[in-house]
Amino acid sequence: MYTHLRLFFTTALVVATCLFNAPAHAAEPTQHESGGVAEGINEQEHKIEHNLEESEEKFDIGSMIMHHIADSHEWEMTHGVTIPLPVILYSADRGIEVFSSSNFHNEHHEYNGYHLVHGESEQIVPVDESRKIYDFSITKNVASMLLSAVILILVFTSIASWYKNNKGKAPRGFQSAMEVIILFIRDEVVKPNVGPKYEKYLPYLLTLFFFILINNILGLLPGSANLTGNIAVTMTLAVLTFIIVHLNANGHYYKHLVKPTGVPAPLLLIMIPVEIVGVFMKPFSLMVRLFANITAGHIILLSLFGLIFIFQSFVIAPVISLFALFLNFIEIMVAFIQAFIFTLLSSMYIGSAIEDNHDADLGH
Amino acid sequence: MSLLTPNPGLIFWMLVVFLLVVFILAKFAWKPIIKGLKDRENEIQGALDLAERTRAEMIQLKSDNEKLIAEANAVRDQILRDAKEAADRTILESKDKAAVEAQKMIEGARETIRNEQQLAVSKIRKEVAVLSLEIAEKVLQRELKDKEAQESLIAELASSARLN
Repeated sequence: MYTHLRLFFTTALVVATCLFNAPAHAAEPTQHESGGVAEGINEQEHKIEHNLEESEEKFDIGSMIMHHIADSHEWEMTHGVTIPLPVILYSADRGIEVFSSSNFHNEHHEYNGYHLVHGESEQIVPVDESRKIYDFSITKNVASMLLSAVILILVFTSIASWYKNNKGKAPRGFQSAMEVIILFIRDEVVKPNVGPKYEKYLPYLLTLFFFILINNILGLLPGSANLTGNIAVTMTLAVLTFIIVHLNANGHYYKHLVKPTGVPAPLLLIMIPVEIVGVFMKPFSLMVRLFANITAGHIILLSLFGLIFIFQSFVIAPVISLFALFLNFIEIMVAFIQAFIFTLLSSMYIGSAIEDNHDADLGH
Repeated sequence: MSLLTPNPGLIFWMLVVFLLVVFILAKFAWKPIIKGLKDRENEIQGALDLAERTRAEMIQLKSDNEKLIAEANAVRDQILRDAKEAADRTILESKDKAAVEAQKMIEGARETIRNEQQLAVSKIRKEVAVLSLEIAEKVLQRELKDKEAQESLIAELASSARLN
Protein backbone atom coordinates (compact mmCIF):
# COMPACT_ATOMS: atom_id res chain seq x y z
CA MET A 1 0.00 0.00 0.00
CA TYR A 2 2.75 2.36 1.08
CA THR A 3 4.74 1.86 -2.13
CA HIS A 4 1.59 2.37 -4.18
CA LEU A 5 0.84 5.54 -2.38
CA ARG A 6 4.39 6.76 -2.74
CA LEU A 7 4.30 5.96 -6.47
CA PHE A 8 1.09 7.88 -6.85
CA PHE A 9 2.35 10.95 -5.04
CA THR A 10 5.61 10.95 -6.90
CA THR A 11 3.84 10.71 -10.23
CA ALA A 12 1.39 13.39 -9.23
CA LEU A 13 4.22 15.62 -8.11
CA VAL A 14 6.17 15.11 -11.34
CA VAL A 15 3.11 15.78 -13.45
CA ALA A 16 2.27 18.81 -11.40
CA THR A 17 5.81 20.08 -11.59
CA CYS A 18 5.83 19.53 -15.32
CA LEU A 19 2.54 21.27 -15.71
CA PHE A 20 3.48 24.23 -13.58
CA ASN A 21 6.98 24.60 -14.84
CA ALA A 22 6.28 24.19 -18.54
CA PRO A 23 6.17 27.97 -19.24
CA ALA A 24 9.17 28.47 -17.01
CA HIS A 25 11.12 25.84 -18.93
CA ALA A 26 10.22 27.43 -22.20
CA ALA A 27 11.34 30.85 -21.01
CA GLU A 28 14.43 29.52 -19.39
CA PRO A 29 16.86 29.52 -22.38
CA THR A 30 16.31 33.20 -23.22
CA GLN A 31 16.82 34.07 -19.61
CA HIS A 32 20.02 32.11 -19.60
CA GLU A 33 21.35 33.70 -22.77
CA SER A 34 20.48 37.33 -22.14
CA GLY A 35 19.23 37.76 -18.65
CA GLY A 36 19.34 41.54 -18.33
CA VAL A 37 18.13 42.38 -21.82
CA ALA A 38 15.03 40.20 -21.47
CA GLU A 39 14.19 41.96 -18.29
CA GLY A 40 14.58 45.28 -20.09
CA ILE A 41 12.38 44.12 -22.93
CA ASN A 42 9.76 42.98 -20.49
CA GLU A 43 9.90 46.31 -18.83
CA GLN A 44 9.50 48.10 -22.14
CA GLU A 45 6.64 45.84 -23.11
CA HIS A 46 4.96 46.76 -19.91
CA LYS A 47 5.56 50.38 -20.68
CA ILE A 48 4.18 50.08 -24.18
CA GLU A 49 1.17 48.20 -22.92
CA HIS A 50 0.72 50.85 -20.33
CA ASN A 51 1.02 53.54 -22.98
CA LEU A 52 -1.42 51.74 -25.22
CA GLU A 53 -3.89 51.41 -22.41
CA GLU A 54 -3.44 55.05 -21.68
CA SER A 55 -3.89 56.07 -25.27
CA GLU A 56 -6.86 53.81 -25.62
CA GLU A 57 -8.36 55.48 -22.69
CA LYS A 58 -7.76 58.97 -23.98
CA PHE A 59 -6.25 59.73 -27.39
CA ASP A 60 -5.43 63.40 -27.42
CA ILE A 61 -5.21 64.28 -31.10
CA GLY A 62 -4.34 67.91 -30.44
CA SER A 63 -1.24 67.19 -28.41
CA MET A 64 -0.26 64.45 -30.86
CA ILE A 65 -0.33 66.95 -33.71
CA MET A 66 1.49 69.61 -31.73
CA HIS A 67 4.10 67.09 -30.71
CA HIS A 68 4.75 66.26 -34.37
CA ILE A 69 4.82 69.82 -35.59
CA ALA A 70 6.88 71.31 -32.80
CA ASP A 71 10.60 71.14 -32.37
CA SER A 72 12.15 68.65 -29.97
CA HIS A 73 15.44 68.02 -28.24
CA GLU A 74 15.51 64.43 -29.48
CA TRP A 75 14.65 62.87 -32.79
CA GLU A 76 11.83 60.40 -32.39
CA MET A 77 11.88 58.37 -35.60
CA THR A 78 8.92 56.29 -34.50
CA HIS A 79 7.41 55.30 -31.21
CA GLY A 80 10.23 54.00 -29.06
CA VAL A 81 13.05 54.66 -31.57
CA THR A 82 14.58 57.87 -30.46
CA ILE A 83 17.89 59.44 -31.34
CA PRO A 84 19.24 61.63 -28.56
CA LEU A 85 20.59 64.96 -29.79
CA PRO A 86 23.18 67.20 -28.19
CA VAL A 87 21.92 69.92 -25.91
CA ILE A 88 24.00 73.08 -26.03
CA LEU A 89 23.28 75.66 -23.39
CA TYR A 90 24.89 78.96 -22.70
CA SER A 91 24.56 80.79 -19.45
CA ALA A 92 26.57 83.67 -18.12
CA ASP A 93 27.63 81.84 -14.98
CA ARG A 94 28.36 78.35 -16.36
CA GLY A 95 29.46 79.18 -19.89
CA ILE A 96 28.77 76.69 -22.64
CA GLU A 97 27.45 73.30 -21.58
CA VAL A 98 27.08 70.38 -23.96
CA PHE A 99 25.40 67.12 -23.03
CA SER A 100 23.13 64.52 -24.58
CA SER A 101 19.40 65.00 -24.42
CA SER A 102 19.12 61.38 -23.29
CA ASN A 103 20.23 62.63 -19.87
CA PHE A 104 16.71 63.97 -19.40
CA HIS A 105 15.34 60.43 -19.56
CA ASN A 106 14.56 60.17 -15.90
CA GLU A 107 11.54 60.49 -13.75
CA HIS A 108 11.64 64.23 -13.32
CA HIS A 109 13.21 65.07 -16.69
CA GLU A 110 15.98 66.79 -14.82
CA TYR A 111 19.71 66.88 -15.37
CA ASN A 112 22.48 69.04 -14.05
CA GLY A 113 20.14 71.69 -12.77
CA TYR A 114 18.05 71.88 -15.92
CA HIS A 115 14.52 70.78 -16.41
CA LEU A 116 13.04 69.64 -19.73
CA VAL A 117 9.49 70.90 -19.89
CA HIS A 118 7.12 68.92 -22.08
CA GLY A 119 4.42 71.41 -22.66
CA GLU A 120 2.90 72.61 -25.87
CA SER A 121 6.51 72.77 -26.99
CA GLU A 122 9.64 71.41 -25.42
CA GLN A 123 11.74 73.80 -23.46
CA ILE A 124 14.77 73.55 -21.22
CA VAL A 125 14.49 75.70 -18.18
CA PRO A 126 16.91 76.03 -15.30
CA VAL A 127 15.71 74.63 -12.02
CA ASP A 128 17.03 77.76 -10.41
CA GLU A 129 14.53 80.29 -11.74
CA SER A 130 16.86 83.27 -11.35
CA ARG A 131 19.32 81.95 -13.93
CA LYS A 132 19.03 82.99 -17.56
CA ILE A 133 20.05 80.44 -20.19
CA TYR A 134 20.31 80.52 -23.93
CA ASP A 135 19.41 77.29 -25.68
CA PHE A 136 21.54 76.59 -28.77
CA SER A 137 20.78 72.89 -28.78
CA ILE A 138 20.98 70.79 -31.90
CA THR A 139 17.28 70.12 -31.86
CA LYS A 140 15.38 67.90 -34.25
CA ASN A 141 14.92 70.84 -36.60
CA VAL A 142 18.58 71.82 -36.49
CA ALA A 143 19.62 68.23 -37.11
CA SER A 144 17.23 68.01 -40.04
CA MET A 145 18.56 71.33 -41.34
CA LEU A 146 22.13 70.05 -41.11
CA LEU A 147 21.08 66.89 -42.92
CA SER A 148 19.45 68.92 -45.68
CA ALA A 149 22.53 71.16 -45.89
CA VAL A 150 24.74 68.11 -46.32
CA ILE A 151 22.41 66.69 -48.97
CA LEU A 152 22.32 70.02 -50.82
CA ILE A 153 26.08 70.41 -50.75
CA LEU A 154 26.73 66.82 -51.83
CA VAL A 155 24.14 66.89 -54.61
CA PHE A 156 25.08 70.21 -56.10
CA THR A 157 28.83 69.93 -55.80
CA SER A 158 28.58 66.56 -57.56
CA ILE A 159 26.49 68.19 -60.28
CA ALA A 160 29.02 71.00 -60.49
CA SER A 161 31.82 68.49 -60.94
CA TRP A 162 29.84 66.94 -63.78
CA TYR A 163 29.91 70.27 -65.56
CA LYS A 164 33.64 70.50 -65.03
CA ASN A 165 34.38 66.96 -66.20
CA ASN A 166 31.94 66.69 -69.08
CA LYS A 167 32.45 69.94 -70.87
CA GLY A 168 30.80 69.99 -74.28
CA LYS A 169 28.80 66.82 -73.64
CA ALA A 170 25.05 66.46 -73.69
CA PRO A 171 23.42 66.57 -70.24
CA ARG A 172 22.20 63.25 -68.90
CA GLY A 173 20.74 61.51 -65.88
CA PHE A 174 20.22 63.19 -62.55
CA GLN A 175 22.31 66.15 -63.56
CA SER A 176 20.02 66.95 -66.45
CA ALA A 177 16.98 66.65 -64.19
CA MET A 178 18.48 69.20 -61.82
CA GLU A 179 19.55 71.34 -64.73
CA VAL A 180 15.94 71.72 -65.81
CA ILE A 181 15.03 73.11 -62.39
CA ILE A 182 18.09 75.35 -62.22
CA LEU A 183 17.35 76.70 -65.68
CA PHE A 184 13.71 77.21 -64.76
CA ILE A 185 14.67 79.22 -61.68
CA ARG A 186 17.23 81.20 -63.63
CA ASP A 187 15.24 81.90 -66.78
CA GLU A 188 11.65 82.01 -65.56
CA VAL A 189 11.96 83.27 -62.01
CA VAL A 190 15.15 85.24 -61.47
CA LYS A 191 15.95 86.75 -64.86
CA PRO A 192 12.58 88.34 -65.64
CA ASN A 193 11.96 89.57 -62.10
CA VAL A 194 15.35 90.77 -60.93
CA GLY A 195 16.37 92.32 -64.22
CA PRO A 196 19.69 92.62 -66.01
CA LYS A 197 21.79 92.48 -62.82
CA TYR A 198 20.34 89.12 -61.86
CA GLU A 199 23.60 87.19 -61.72
CA LYS A 200 24.62 88.76 -58.43
CA TYR A 201 21.52 87.39 -56.69
CA LEU A 202 21.29 84.09 -58.51
CA PRO A 203 23.35 82.02 -56.01
CA TYR A 204 21.24 83.21 -53.07
CA LEU A 205 17.94 82.66 -54.86
CA LEU A 206 18.94 79.23 -56.16
CA THR A 207 20.06 78.17 -52.70
CA LEU A 208 16.85 79.57 -51.26
CA PHE A 209 14.74 77.57 -53.67
CA PHE A 210 16.54 74.28 -53.20
CA PHE A 211 16.85 74.73 -49.44
CA ILE A 212 13.12 75.28 -49.06
CA LEU A 213 12.30 72.55 -51.55
CA ILE A 214 14.44 69.87 -49.96
CA ASN A 215 13.25 70.73 -46.46
CA ASN A 216 9.62 70.74 -47.60
CA ILE A 217 10.09 67.30 -49.07
CA LEU A 218 12.13 65.98 -46.13
CA GLY A 219 9.36 67.25 -43.88
CA LEU A 220 6.88 64.99 -45.65
CA LEU A 221 8.84 61.85 -44.78
CA PRO A 222 7.54 59.96 -41.77
CA GLY A 223 9.49 60.69 -38.62
CA SER A 224 11.11 63.80 -40.00
CA ALA A 225 11.24 67.31 -38.71
CA ASN A 226 8.89 70.09 -39.71
CA LEU A 227 11.60 72.59 -40.58
CA THR A 228 9.98 74.87 -43.16
CA GLY A 229 6.84 74.81 -41.06
CA ASN A 230 8.78 76.41 -38.24
CA ILE A 231 8.35 80.13 -37.92
CA ALA A 232 11.95 80.69 -36.81
CA VAL A 233 13.21 79.20 -40.05
CA THR A 234 10.84 81.05 -42.35
CA MET A 235 11.51 84.23 -40.40
CA THR A 236 15.25 83.86 -40.90
CA LEU A 237 14.77 83.34 -44.63
CA ALA A 238 12.38 86.27 -44.92
CA VAL A 239 14.71 88.53 -42.95
CA LEU A 240 17.63 87.52 -45.17
CA THR A 241 15.61 88.48 -48.23
CA PHE A 242 14.62 91.73 -46.51
CA ILE A 243 18.28 92.52 -45.74
CA ILE A 244 19.38 91.72 -49.29
CA VAL A 245 16.61 93.88 -50.72
CA HIS A 246 17.45 96.86 -48.55
CA LEU A 247 21.21 96.59 -48.85
CA ASN A 248 20.98 96.66 -52.63
CA ALA A 249 18.01 98.99 -53.08
CA ASN A 250 18.74 102.11 -55.08
CA GLY A 251 17.87 105.72 -54.27
CA HIS A 252 14.75 105.55 -56.30
CA TYR A 253 13.40 102.80 -54.08
CA TYR A 254 13.95 104.80 -50.91
CA LYS A 255 12.68 107.98 -52.51
CA HIS A 256 9.57 106.13 -53.54
CA LEU A 257 8.94 105.24 -49.88
CA VAL A 258 8.85 108.81 -48.60
CA LYS A 259 7.55 110.47 -51.75
CA PRO A 260 5.49 108.18 -53.93
CA THR A 261 5.25 109.72 -57.37
CA GLY A 262 1.90 110.71 -58.75
CA VAL A 263 0.21 110.88 -55.35
CA PRO A 264 -1.53 114.14 -54.40
CA ALA A 265 -0.07 115.85 -51.34
CA PRO A 266 -2.99 115.24 -48.94
CA LEU A 267 -2.90 111.55 -49.72
CA LEU A 268 0.75 111.38 -48.74
CA LEU A 269 -0.38 111.36 -45.11
CA ILE A 270 -1.92 107.97 -45.76
CA MET A 271 0.40 106.72 -48.46
CA ILE A 272 3.69 107.11 -46.62
CA PRO A 273 2.63 104.94 -43.65
CA VAL A 274 1.14 102.47 -46.10
CA GLU A 275 4.38 102.32 -48.04
CA ILE A 276 6.44 101.86 -44.89
CA VAL A 277 4.12 99.19 -43.54
CA GLY A 278 4.36 97.56 -46.98
CA VAL A 279 8.13 97.32 -46.64
CA PHE A 280 7.76 95.19 -43.52
CA MET A 281 4.68 93.44 -44.78
CA LYS A 282 6.58 91.86 -47.63
CA PRO A 283 8.99 89.77 -45.54
CA PHE A 284 6.22 89.15 -43.03
CA SER A 285 4.01 87.70 -45.74
CA LEU A 286 6.94 85.61 -46.98
CA MET A 287 7.46 84.28 -43.48
CA VAL A 288 3.81 83.52 -42.79
CA ARG A 289 3.04 82.08 -46.22
CA LEU A 290 5.68 79.36 -46.08
CA PHE A 291 5.15 78.64 -42.39
CA ALA A 292 1.37 78.47 -42.68
CA ASN A 293 1.29 76.39 -45.84
CA ILE A 294 3.68 73.76 -44.59
CA THR A 295 2.29 73.64 -41.08
CA ALA A 296 -1.28 73.48 -42.36
CA GLY A 297 -0.35 70.59 -44.63
CA HIS A 298 1.21 68.73 -41.72
CA ILE A 299 -1.75 69.42 -39.48
CA ILE A 300 -4.20 68.13 -42.09
CA LEU A 301 -2.20 64.96 -42.65
CA LEU A 302 -1.75 64.37 -38.93
CA SER A 303 -5.44 65.01 -38.30
CA LEU A 304 -6.31 62.36 -40.88
CA PHE A 305 -3.98 59.87 -39.25
CA GLY A 306 -5.41 60.88 -35.91
CA LEU A 307 -8.90 60.07 -37.16
CA ILE A 308 -7.77 56.50 -37.74
CA PHE A 309 -6.84 56.21 -34.08
CA ILE A 310 -10.01 57.91 -32.95
CA PHE A 311 -12.37 55.72 -34.98
CA GLN A 312 -10.30 52.53 -34.74
CA SER A 313 -12.43 50.99 -37.44
CA PHE A 314 -11.34 48.70 -40.26
CA VAL A 315 -13.91 50.37 -42.49
CA ILE A 316 -12.88 53.94 -41.98
CA ALA A 317 -9.12 53.42 -41.80
CA PRO A 318 -8.60 52.49 -45.48
CA VAL A 319 -10.77 55.38 -46.63
CA ILE A 320 -8.81 57.81 -44.52
CA SER A 321 -5.55 56.25 -45.67
CA LEU A 322 -6.55 56.81 -49.29
CA PHE A 323 -7.46 60.37 -48.52
CA ALA A 324 -4.17 60.87 -46.71
CA LEU A 325 -2.35 59.44 -49.72
CA PHE A 326 -4.13 61.93 -51.96
CA LEU A 327 -3.22 64.76 -49.60
CA ASN A 328 0.37 63.58 -49.57
CA PHE A 329 0.52 64.09 -53.32
CA ILE A 330 -0.92 67.54 -52.86
CA GLU A 331 1.68 68.21 -50.19
CA ILE A 332 4.45 67.24 -52.63
CA MET A 333 3.00 69.75 -55.05
CA VAL A 334 2.79 72.34 -52.28
CA ALA A 335 6.43 71.64 -51.43
CA PHE A 336 7.42 72.70 -54.95
CA ILE A 337 4.93 75.55 -55.20
CA GLN A 338 5.92 77.12 -51.90
CA ALA A 339 9.62 76.91 -52.70
CA PHE A 340 8.86 78.44 -56.08
CA ILE A 341 6.69 81.21 -54.63
CA PHE A 342 9.21 82.14 -51.96
CA THR A 343 11.93 82.40 -54.60
CA LEU A 344 9.66 84.22 -57.04
CA LEU A 345 8.56 86.81 -54.47
CA SER A 346 12.11 87.26 -53.20
CA SER A 347 13.30 87.95 -56.73
CA MET A 348 10.40 90.32 -57.32
CA TYR A 349 11.24 92.27 -54.16
CA ILE A 350 14.89 92.43 -55.13
CA GLY A 351 13.96 93.39 -58.68
CA SER A 352 11.64 96.17 -57.60
CA ALA A 353 14.29 97.58 -55.28
CA ILE A 354 17.11 97.69 -57.82
CA GLU A 355 15.25 98.64 -60.99
CA ASP A 356 16.19 101.93 -62.61
CA ASN A 357 12.90 102.42 -64.39
CA HIS A 358 11.32 105.59 -63.06
CA ASP A 359 7.99 104.90 -64.69
CA ALA A 360 7.67 101.66 -62.80
CA ASP A 361 5.21 102.98 -60.24
CA LEU A 362 2.70 103.92 -62.88
CA GLY A 363 1.64 100.33 -62.82
CA HIS A 364 0.87 100.35 -59.10
CA MET B 1 0.91 79.97 -29.48
CA SER B 2 4.27 78.27 -29.10
CA LEU B 3 4.08 77.61 -32.84
CA LEU B 4 4.20 81.32 -33.55
CA THR B 5 7.07 82.21 -31.24
CA PRO B 6 10.38 81.80 -33.00
CA ASN B 7 13.03 80.01 -31.02
CA PRO B 8 16.25 82.08 -30.81
CA GLY B 9 18.45 79.00 -30.83
CA LEU B 10 16.88 77.78 -34.04
CA ILE B 11 17.23 81.21 -35.63
CA PHE B 12 20.92 81.17 -34.73
CA TRP B 13 21.50 77.74 -36.27
CA MET B 14 19.35 78.58 -39.25
CA LEU B 15 21.41 81.70 -39.94
CA VAL B 16 24.70 79.90 -39.54
CA VAL B 17 23.75 76.84 -41.55
CA PHE B 18 21.86 78.64 -44.28
CA LEU B 19 24.54 81.25 -44.82
CA LEU B 20 27.16 78.51 -44.88
CA VAL B 21 25.11 76.59 -47.41
CA VAL B 22 24.68 79.71 -49.53
CA PHE B 23 28.39 80.42 -49.35
CA ILE B 24 29.51 76.87 -50.11
CA LEU B 25 26.99 76.32 -52.87
CA ALA B 26 27.69 79.72 -54.43
CA LYS B 27 31.39 78.98 -54.51
CA PHE B 28 31.50 75.28 -55.30
CA ALA B 29 28.21 74.57 -57.02
CA TRP B 30 26.39 77.50 -58.55
CA LYS B 31 29.47 79.14 -59.99
CA PRO B 32 30.63 76.11 -62.02
CA ILE B 33 27.05 75.09 -62.84
CA ILE B 34 26.06 78.53 -64.12
CA LYS B 35 29.36 78.80 -65.94
CA GLY B 36 28.87 75.37 -67.49
CA LEU B 37 25.35 76.25 -68.55
CA LYS B 38 26.47 79.54 -70.02
CA ASP B 39 29.39 77.91 -71.80
CA ARG B 40 27.07 75.36 -73.29
CA GLU B 41 24.57 78.02 -74.34
CA ASN B 42 27.37 79.98 -75.94
CA GLU B 43 28.60 76.83 -77.65
CA ILE B 44 25.16 76.05 -79.02
CA GLN B 45 24.69 79.66 -80.06
CA GLY B 46 28.12 79.60 -81.65
CA ALA B 47 27.33 76.42 -83.53
CA LEU B 48 24.04 77.86 -84.72
CA ASP B 49 25.74 81.07 -85.79
CA LEU B 50 28.41 79.10 -87.59
CA ALA B 51 25.78 77.06 -89.42
CA GLU B 52 23.98 80.25 -90.37
CA ARG B 53 27.21 81.82 -91.52
CA THR B 54 28.15 78.72 -93.48
CA ARG B 55 24.76 78.69 -95.11
CA ALA B 56 25.11 82.35 -96.05
CA GLU B 57 28.57 81.62 -97.37
CA MET B 58 27.25 78.72 -99.40
CA ILE B 59 24.57 80.94 -100.89
CA GLN B 60 27.20 83.61 -101.53
CA LEU B 61 29.46 81.02 -103.15
CA LYS B 62 26.62 79.75 -105.28
CA SER B 63 25.67 83.20 -106.41
CA ASP B 64 29.34 83.96 -106.97
CA ASN B 65 29.62 80.90 -109.14
CA GLU B 66 26.57 81.90 -111.06
CA LYS B 67 27.95 85.38 -111.46
CA LEU B 68 31.25 83.93 -112.66
CA ILE B 69 29.49 81.72 -115.16
CA ALA B 70 27.38 84.64 -116.34
CA GLU B 71 30.46 86.78 -116.64
CA ALA B 72 32.29 84.09 -118.58
CA ASN B 73 29.32 83.72 -120.87
CA ALA B 74 29.19 87.45 -121.37
CA VAL B 75 32.90 87.58 -122.13
CA ARG B 76 32.56 84.72 -124.58
CA ASP B 77 29.65 86.42 -126.30
CA GLN B 78 31.59 89.65 -126.45
CA ILE B 79 34.60 87.90 -127.92
CA LEU B 80 32.44 86.17 -130.51
CA ARG B 81 30.70 89.40 -131.36
CA ASP B 82 33.99 91.25 -131.63
CA ALA B 83 35.44 88.54 -133.84
CA LYS B 84 32.42 88.61 -136.08
CA GLU B 85 32.56 92.36 -136.28
CA ALA B 86 36.23 92.25 -137.07
CA ALA B 87 35.67 89.67 -139.77
CA ASP B 88 32.81 91.68 -141.23
CA ARG B 89 34.92 94.78 -141.15
CA THR B 90 37.82 93.02 -142.80
CA ILE B 91 35.58 91.62 -145.47
CA LEU B 92 34.02 95.04 -146.01
CA GLU B 93 37.37 96.71 -146.09
CA SER B 94 38.77 94.19 -148.54
CA LYS B 95 35.68 94.57 -150.64
CA ASP B 96 36.08 98.33 -150.66
CA LYS B 97 39.76 98.01 -151.36
CA ALA B 98 39.08 95.58 -154.16
CA ALA B 99 36.48 97.91 -155.60
CA VAL B 100 38.87 100.85 -155.39
CA GLU B 101 41.59 98.76 -156.91
CA ALA B 102 39.31 97.63 -159.66
CA GLN B 103 38.23 101.20 -160.26
CA LYS B 104 41.82 102.22 -160.34
CA MET B 105 42.65 99.46 -162.77
CA ILE B 106 39.68 100.40 -164.90
CA GLU B 107 40.75 104.02 -164.77
CA GLY B 108 44.26 103.01 -165.74
CA ALA B 109 42.94 100.94 -168.57
CA ARG B 110 40.77 103.79 -169.70
CA GLU B 111 43.72 106.17 -169.53
CA THR B 112 45.79 103.78 -171.52
CA ILE B 113 43.00 103.33 -174.00
CA ARG B 114 42.56 107.07 -174.24
CA ASN B 115 46.27 107.61 -174.72
CA GLU B 116 46.41 104.85 -177.30
CA GLN B 117 43.40 106.34 -178.99
CA GLN B 118 44.95 109.78 -179.04
CA LEU B 119 48.16 108.30 -180.24
CA ALA B 120 46.25 106.40 -182.89
CA VAL B 121 44.26 109.49 -183.83
CA SER B 122 47.35 111.62 -184.05
CA LYS B 123 49.06 108.88 -186.08
CA ILE B 124 46.02 108.68 -188.32
CA ARG B 125 46.01 112.40 -188.59
CA LYS B 126 49.61 112.33 -189.58
CA GLU B 127 48.86 109.46 -191.94
CA VAL B 128 45.83 111.28 -193.23
CA ALA B 129 47.89 114.35 -193.71
CA VAL B 130 50.53 112.34 -195.47
CA LEU B 131 47.86 110.54 -197.42
CA SER B 132 46.12 113.74 -198.20
CA LEU B 133 49.35 115.19 -199.35
CA GLU B 134 49.96 112.07 -201.41
CA ILE B 135 46.42 112.22 -202.75
CA ALA B 136 46.75 115.81 -203.42
CA GLU B 137 50.01 115.12 -205.16
CA LYS B 138 48.40 112.32 -207.17
CA VAL B 139 45.30 114.42 -207.81
CA LEU B 140 47.39 117.22 -208.87
CA GLN B 141 49.33 114.94 -211.07
CA ARG B 142 46.14 113.35 -212.49
CA GLU B 143 44.30 116.61 -212.79
CA LEU B 144 46.61 117.43 -215.31
CA LYS B 145 45.74 114.39 -217.37
CA ASP B 146 42.07 113.52 -216.93
CA LYS B 147 39.34 115.26 -215.13
CA GLU B 148 37.13 112.29 -214.82
CA ALA B 149 39.77 110.08 -213.61
CA GLN B 150 40.65 112.73 -211.08
CA GLU B 151 37.21 112.74 -209.58
CA SER B 152 36.94 109.00 -209.26
CA LEU B 153 40.29 108.96 -207.73
CA ILE B 154 39.32 111.53 -205.20
CA ALA B 155 36.15 109.59 -204.30
CA GLU B 156 38.10 106.45 -203.98
CA LEU B 157 40.64 108.11 -201.82
CA ALA B 158 37.98 109.70 -199.66
CA SER B 159 36.20 106.45 -199.09
CA SER B 160 39.41 104.74 -198.21
CA ALA B 161 40.29 107.64 -195.92
CA ARG B 162 36.91 107.37 -194.16
CA LEU B 163 37.67 103.77 -193.28
CA ASN B 164 40.44 104.94 -191.08
